[in-house]
Amino acid sequence: MADINIRRVEKSYGDTRVVHGVDLDIRDGEFVVILGPSGCGKSTLLRMIAGLEAISGGEIAIGGRVVNDLEPRQRGCAMVFQNYALYPHMSVAENIGYALKIAGIGKAERRARVQSVATAIGLEDYLDRRPGQLSGGQRQRVAMGRAMIREPKVFLFDEPLSNLDAKLRVQMRLEIRHLHQRLAATSVFVTHDQIEAMTLADRMVVMNQGNIEQVGAPSDVYDRPASTFVASFIGSPPMNLLPGRMTESGQHVELADGQHVPIPTALAQGRAGRPVTLGIRPEDIRHGPAAGGSGLTAKFDFLEELGMGRLFHGTLGGQDIIMHATDKTPPVFGTAVDIAFDPSRLHLFDVETGKRLAGESGRADKEQWSGYRATA
Amino acid sequence: MRRAYFKNNWIAAALVAPQLLIIFVFFYWPTAQALYWAFTLEQPWGGGNQWVGLENFQAIVEDEYYWNSVMVSIIFAFFSTLLSMGMALVLAIAADRQLNGYKFYRVGLIWPYAVAAPAVGLAFRFIFNPSAGLLSHLNQIWPGIWDPIMNGDHALAMVIFAGAWKQVAYNFIFFLAGLQAIPRSLTEASAMDGAGVLRRVRDIQLPLLAPTAFFLLVINITDSFTDSFGIVDTMTAGGPARATDLMVFKIYEDGFRGLDYSGAAAQSIILMLLVMVLTFFQFRYIERRVHYT
Ligand SMILES: Nc1ncnc2c1ncn2[C@@H]1O[C@H](COP(=O)(O)OP(=O)(O)OP(=O)(O)O)[C@@H](O)[C@H]1O
Ligand SMILES: [Mg+2]
Repeated sequence: MADINIRRVEKSYGDTRVVHGVDLDIRDGEFVVILGPSGCGKSTLLRMIAGLEAISGGEIAIGGRVVNDLEPRQRGCAMVFQNYALYPHMSVAENIGYALKIAGIGKAERRARVQSVATAIGLEDYLDRRPGQLSGGQRQRVAMGRAMIREPKVFLFDEPLSNLDAKLRVQMRLEIRHLHQRLAATSVFVTHDQIEAMTLADRMVVMNQGNIEQVGAPSDVYDRPASTFVASFIGSPPMNLLPGRMTESGQHVELADGQHVPIPTALAQGRAGRPVTLGIRPEDIRHGPAAGGSGLTAKFDFLEELGMGRLFHGTLGGQDIIMHATDKTPPVFGTAVDIAFDPSRLHLFDVETGKRLAGESGRADKEQWSGYRATA
Repeated sequence: MRRAYFKNNWIAAALVAPQLLIIFVFFYWPTAQALYWAFTLEQPWGGGNQWVGLENFQAIVEDEYYWNSVMVSIIFAFFSTLLSMGMALVLAIAADRQLNGYKFYRVGLIWPYAVAAPAVGLAFRFIFNPSAGLLSHLNQIWPGIWDPIMNGDHALAMVIFAGAWKQVAYNFIFFLAGLQAIPRSLTEASAMDGAGVLRRVRDIQLPLLAPTAFFLLVINITDSFTDSFGIVDTMTAGGPARATDLMVFKIYEDGFRGLDYSGAAAQSIILMLLVMVLTFFQFRYIERRVHYT
C-alpha cells in the first residue's frame, strides 16, 4: 500500500512562502496530475514528496509512514526529471542498473533485469551507448527505465515530456499511461500542459500560487471549475468570464451593457441585486436566437477556422468573448448578431473571492445541446 | 565558418605586436640565451665565452648532487600535488554541500593564493619552528620528534606542506567551480536511486570532475617544479644537507651563488625538457581517460 497523505504542508525559502498549507490525499495506485502555471509550486511540492526538498511545515506520509525526516532513498519513490538527469559518464545499461548496483544486487541478476526493462522501453539495442549519443526521446525512455527498474511504490514525474516535440509527447503520454496500467504504482505527475493533465489523470490537482485551487476528475474540473482561476486556466480557448449583476428578480444576470442573461432559478439563491461573474465556455455559446427567448447580441470581429469548428472573436457587454461554433452559419462581422448561451452550462462566481457560487451542468443536458465539446 | 578578418594585414600585425614582443622579450629571448649558455663556458664577470658542446650537461649528469635534487623535486611534486589537490577536493565538496560556515571559508580559502611564496615560506617557518612554533609543544612531550632544522625528512615534509598549502586555494576554486557545474539534478537522481552522500561523491561527482582534476594535475605538477623557489629559499635554503634542494633552487644556487652560469643554464634546459615530457605523458596517458560523451 502506498497512498500518500499530505497534511497542511508548507514550504518557505527564507521569508518567502511558496507553498501555503496544502492538503491532499492520493490513493494507492492512483494517477494524480498536478497542474498549474509556472512558479505555482508544483515542483516544490513534488520534491518535498521525493525528499529532495525539506518540508517547512506540516506532514507527508507515504504508505501510512510519516516521511518528513527520511532520506529520499528511504521513501521508496522513483522520480523522472524534466531534463532526464541521466549520468553522462555511464552507459544506458549502467544508468538503468545504477539503483540495483547501489542496492547490492549481483551482476547476473542486474544484467537480466536491465535487459527486461530495456526490452519494455524498446532500447535493447542501445544498452552500450552513452546518454550523449541518444536522441531526446530515447533519453526520456532511459530516464523512465531507470525509474521502473526498482519497481517503486511511488512514481514521481516532474514535467518529463516538456522537452519533447509534439508528436513524441503524445506517444510518450500513451506509454506512461500503459506503464501505469501495468505497474499500478501510485503516480504523481507534474505538468503545466492541460492536455497532458486531462488525458493522463485519474484525478487532477490544480495549483495556483502555492495553494490547491481544486482537486477532481478531469471532467469534473472542466465542468465545474471551483474558481475563476481554474475556469480560465483549464480549457483552450478559456472560459469567457463576464462581469455582471444579479437582477432583483434573481432570474437574470445583467451585463455591463444592460443585456440580460436568463439563468436557472437554482443559481440565483440569495444573490439578488449582487454583483457576480458569469462564466460560459466558448463551446456552450451558439448562433441564433434561443428558443426560450434568451436572446443576446454580440459583435464579432474575426474568426479562426479550426476545421472541426470555428472560433469567433468579438465583444459582449464590453468584454472580449470567444464563441466556438460548429454550425455553418455564414459569419457576420461588425454588426450585432444573435447568440445564445446554453442555460444549463452557465457558471457563476463570486466577484471578490473568485470562488464558484453555483451552476451545475449535467451530462444529460449536454447531450441534448447541439454544441460540441472540445477536448481542450 | 566565416571569420572576421582584416583587409590590411599591417593592422593585425600592429595589434598582435605588443603581445608578441612581451613573449619574445621575456620568454624566447631568455630561453635562447640559456640554451646558448648551456653549450658554452660563460665567464662569471662577463666578457668572452667558449663553446664547450655537451660538457656542461655531462658535468651535470655526473654530479650526484644533481640527481639528489631531481629525486627531491619528484618527491616534492608528487606529494605536494597529492596533498593540495586532496585537501582542495575535500574542502570543495564540503563547500558545494553548503555545510556550516561554507560562506566563510569559500572566501577565506581564496586568499592564500594571493600571498607571495616567500611570505608563505616565512609564515610557515615560524609555524613549524621546532623551538617556538606550533609543533614545539610536541617537542616538549617527545623531544626531537619534530626537527626540520636537523632532520632532512622533516624539512622536506615541511616544504611540501607549505607548497601544498599555497596551491590549495587555486585548486579549491577550480574544484568548486567544477562541482557547481555538475547539474544538481544528477546528484538528486542518484539520491533517488538510493545513493548516500559518499556514494554520490564517488559515483557521480568524482567521475564528472575528472577533466577539472586533470587540468589541475598538469598545472600543479608544472608549478611544483618551476614555482617553488620562494618557499625553499625562505624556509630551508635547500638544507639540511640538501634534503630540500629542489631543481629550481639548485639552479639559482649554482648560477647566482656559485656563479656557474653555464651549469645553471644547462640545468634549466633540462628542467624545461623534464616538465615538457611530463606534461606530454599526462596528456598522452591520462587525458584520454577523462573526457566523456
Ligand atoms: N531555492 C529557492 N529559493 C527561493 N525561491 C525558490 C527556490 N526554488 C523555488 N523557488 C520559488 O518557489 C516557487 C515555486 O517554484 P516551483 O519550482 O515549485 O514552480 P513550478 O510550479 O514547478 O514552476 P514551473 O512550471 O516553472 O516548473 C517559485 O516562485 C520560485 O521562484
Ligand atoms: Mg517545475
